[in-house]
Amino acid sequence: MQTQILVELIILLPLAGAVFLGIGGLFAPAMRSRETLVGAIGTAMVVVPFICTVILFIGFDGEAQIAHFFTWMAAGDLSIAFEYRVDQLSLVMTLVITGVGGLIHLYSIGYMHGDPGFWRFFAYLNLFIFAMLNLVLGNNLVVLFLGWEGVGLCSYLLIGFWYTDLKNSAAANKAFIMNRIGDFCFLLAMFFLFRELGSLDFDVILSAGPSLDSGIINIVVLLLFLGATGKSAQIPLFTWLPDAMAGPTPVSALIHAATMVTSGLYLMARLSPLVLAAESVMSVIAIVGATTAIVAATIAITQNDIKKVLAYSTISQLGYMFLATGVGAFWVAIFHVMTHAFFKGCLFLGSGSVIHGMHDVEHQLEHAGEDGAAIHIDPQDMRTMGGLKKYMPSTRMTFLMSTLAIAGIPLLSGYFSKDEILFQAFSVMGHNNAAAVAWVIGIITAFLTAVYMTRAYVLTFEGEERWPKADIIKPHESPWTMTAPLWVLGILAVVAGFVGLPAVIQHGELNWIHHFLGSSFGGPVAETAAEGHVSVATEWILLATGAAIALAGVFLTWRWYSSQGLAFDDKLRARFGGLYRLAEGKYFIDEAYDRAIVKPLIGSTTKFFAPFDRFVIDGAVNLIGFMTRATSFILRYMQTGIVSTYATAIVLGVVLVLALMLFGQ
Amino acid sequence: MEMSLNWYLTLSSVLFITGTLGFLFRRNIIVMLMSVELMLNAVNLTLVALSQATADTAGQILVFFVIAVAAAEAAVGLAIVIAIFRGNQTIDISKIKLFRY
Amino acid sequence: MAGQILFFALAVTAIAAGIGTVWSRSPVNSALWLILNLFCIAGLYLTLNAQFIAVIQVLVYAGAIMVLFLFVIMLLNLSEKPSFTRMTFARIFGFFLVMGVLALLTYAVAAGLDVLPENVVPEAAAVSGSPSALARALFTQYALPFELIGVLLLAATIGAVVIAKRKPV
Repeated sequence: MQTQILVELIILLPLAGAVFLGIGGLFAPAMRSRETLVGAIGTAMVVVPFICTVILFIGFDGEAQIAHFFTWMAAGDLSIAFEYRVDQLSLVMTLVITGVGGLIHLYSIGYMHGDPGFWRFFAYLNLFIFAMLNLVLGNNLVVLFLGWEGVGLCSYLLIGFWYTDLKNSAAANKAFIMNRIGDFCFLLAMFFLFRELGSLDFDVILSAGPSLDSGIINIVVLLLFLGATGKSAQIPLFTWLPDAMAGPTPVSALIHAATMVTSGLYLMARLSPLVLAAESVMSVIAIVGATTAIVAATIAITQNDIKKVLAYSTISQLGYMFLATGVGAFWVAIFHVMTHAFFKGCLFLGSGSVIHGMHDVEHQLEHAGEDGAAIHIDPQDMRTMGGLKKYMPSTRMTFLMSTLAIAGIPLLSGYFSKDEILFQAFSVMGHNNAAAVAWVIGIITAFLTAVYMTRAYVLTFEGEERWPKADIIKPHESPWTMTAPLWVLGILAVVAGFVGLPAVIQHGELNWIHHFLGSSFGGPVAETAAEGHVSVATEWILLATGAAIALAGVFLTWRWYSSQGLAFDDKLRARFGGLYRLAEGKYFIDEAYDRAIVKPLIGSTTKFFAPFDRFVIDGAVNLIGFMTRATSFILRYMQTGIVSTYATAIVLGVVLVLALMLFGQ
Repeated sequence: MEMSLNWYLTLSSVLFITGTLGFLFRRNIIVMLMSVELMLNAVNLTLVALSQATADTAGQILVFFVIAVAAAEAAVGLAIVIAIFRGNQTIDISKIKLFRY
Repeated sequence: MAGQILFFALAVTAIAAGIGTVWSRSPVNSALWLILNLFCIAGLYLTLNAQFIAVIQVLVYAGAIMVLFLFVIMLLNLSEKPSFTRMTFARIFGFFLVMGVLALLTYAVAAGLDVLPENVVPEAAAVSGSPSALARALFTQYALPFELIGVLLLAATIGAVVIAKRKPV
């Protein structure tokens, strides 16, 4: 009973917030400018669910609890209810969503200050939290899909938040359309599952699913994975994420770092017994994940926009998580989801703080040129940053903490989660070729991760100031509503790893998250039965290697960039020539998609579909109207007012009646 | 030769269609009304012939009523003709058109 | 023998009078032909032994209705020459329709030889055509329609007066 009420609060409060802020702001314009009120309501509607989740977490006894609300649709064999499942997996996800979400709401109060759409922003954010909670708490695929689509919608609304600039709307469209392609595959998978199993409840799918025909399982899991690539930005559907940086930074932090993009991984983890049964698809997942990781990492090294670096970093880290999924270590993927939410969230919020400060600089530069002319800088471009540690100490410190965490410096959270992924891949390498390839790629990418993140940090905070008139115009630190979340997330980025200490420590006894989630300990996330046997010594060597790579990456990059600054980029360009240009051009995938898919589609639409719609479909409708007119044109001669016509008609009737009477049966 | 019912029926058919032709082809309203009377008479003839052939008086009763109704109809019809004539100064049916088509 | 000759004479005259009604140029001529037709039909009724109806026919139809027609024709005092009726497609179609009616009717008569009832003895026909038999039926079985016909005639009278009245200017 208590669970029911808590779940109700968790789900409904964000929805109530969204509706209240949305409708209220729409019909009561006076409310729009009261930022404190709007911000407080928006944040409270996420913080209170967080508290409820903590209560649920503390009181959790290991048994999955179902909160049933009402039947949504019942038709024939299909019966779908609004049912929510509280178990270890959904608790972990909900804690992350509401916790990090609450912090980001608080941050947004400061970041979006002065924006005329302040109220709209919080309404959309609350709506997003509602949809995301439906996604992770739903007890059947349909409620999950409702949340899946809902977060896609909110992503669209929030990316295109400043819709007056058409580029933002285009980016929002791109995100939504690519998501849609993935959603289509997801739907197909749902159709398959329903046809085979007759139900979409997780209990049914997880118990009866793995025993289906392996061909069906492979197709279903492949389709689900394709849906996940759309949401979680993997090859082939990842090009929307860098464009999505057009949205406000809190959006990038919440949606495109901490929560929405992890929904694909949640889906895989939730359906892990089913995924484990599709072995060939799992190899595909691992390879795709690893490839995406390295491709994104190479692009990130070449980018100059700080948010783009973080976007590609997110894609790369998501690739790591899919790598883990592909080798059967689903709980590790969720572990990395959690740590990634902390350090990437902190990095994005930090970049937002930096952009906030540089925006101020940009503003002051508008009248600072010769004779009051404007000097333009891009507040997001790292080439005009540098030396910000003097002006933004909190931002700098938390950014540094998170950078080291993502690079994998020992004892920070990223080290534990990333190393665990690589370790899992290594341990099944012997009989799983895909895992071997993935492991090698993963090691290389770890080095690259350290490189591009340190580069971003050094170019932004260290060295000399590179913006014009740097002696007169200086940025300042952000308000407490922005720096407080930064500190919270930064500290979490440092310490959160300790919930998942590796197996070498006391034989895995202290790996709390493994014990919590893994099915070998009664949790909901399945694990591979085939555990490779890796000796303790090898394990320590692997741990040490990981640490060494991370430290080397950070140290070398620090030295290269702090001494040479941007000149090092030119050195890289000279050294790697073609490869560098390829990476800088994002492997020209956008252009390829444009040539291969977008242009033919637009061409066929304008040449075929649009005229088809106009002439055939509209024509058919118009034809009905035309036929009515034509018929009435003929029929009106029945009433002409001419007596002889009437008489003729009567005689005609007489003939017919007589004939009928004489000859009709 | 036996004087059979058929002859009367045939005769009445011929009279009936004569009246119909007159109604269709004449344009003078009064002549049209007279054609209608012709048709009614033809029908009366049929009724009486059949009634006498079966010794059932019902047919002749009906003829009685038909004659009465024909009288009433002729009266009212001619009154309408007078009223139309007052307005249009013509009784040519093809010239009296209230509808436009 | 005499009856048959009488029938044929009356029948032929009736048909000729009908054609004359329809074909005459002047309405007065049409009316006069129609009066001849009515008399012939009255004669035919007599050959059928329906005396009452024959007398009624002459009294009401020829005596009252046709007089009314003639009155109105004189009243209207038409001076225009009737113009030729143009032969349109509708008229041709109408003609053939009417021929079709005739064909069907004669076919019905010719083919229905065995469905027509047996002719009764002339004595019975004389009895059924007499006024007393008709009166008996009229005042007992058909009393209500009889009364209603009276009302109808009243309504017609009033209606005719109202329609034809010259409206006060």
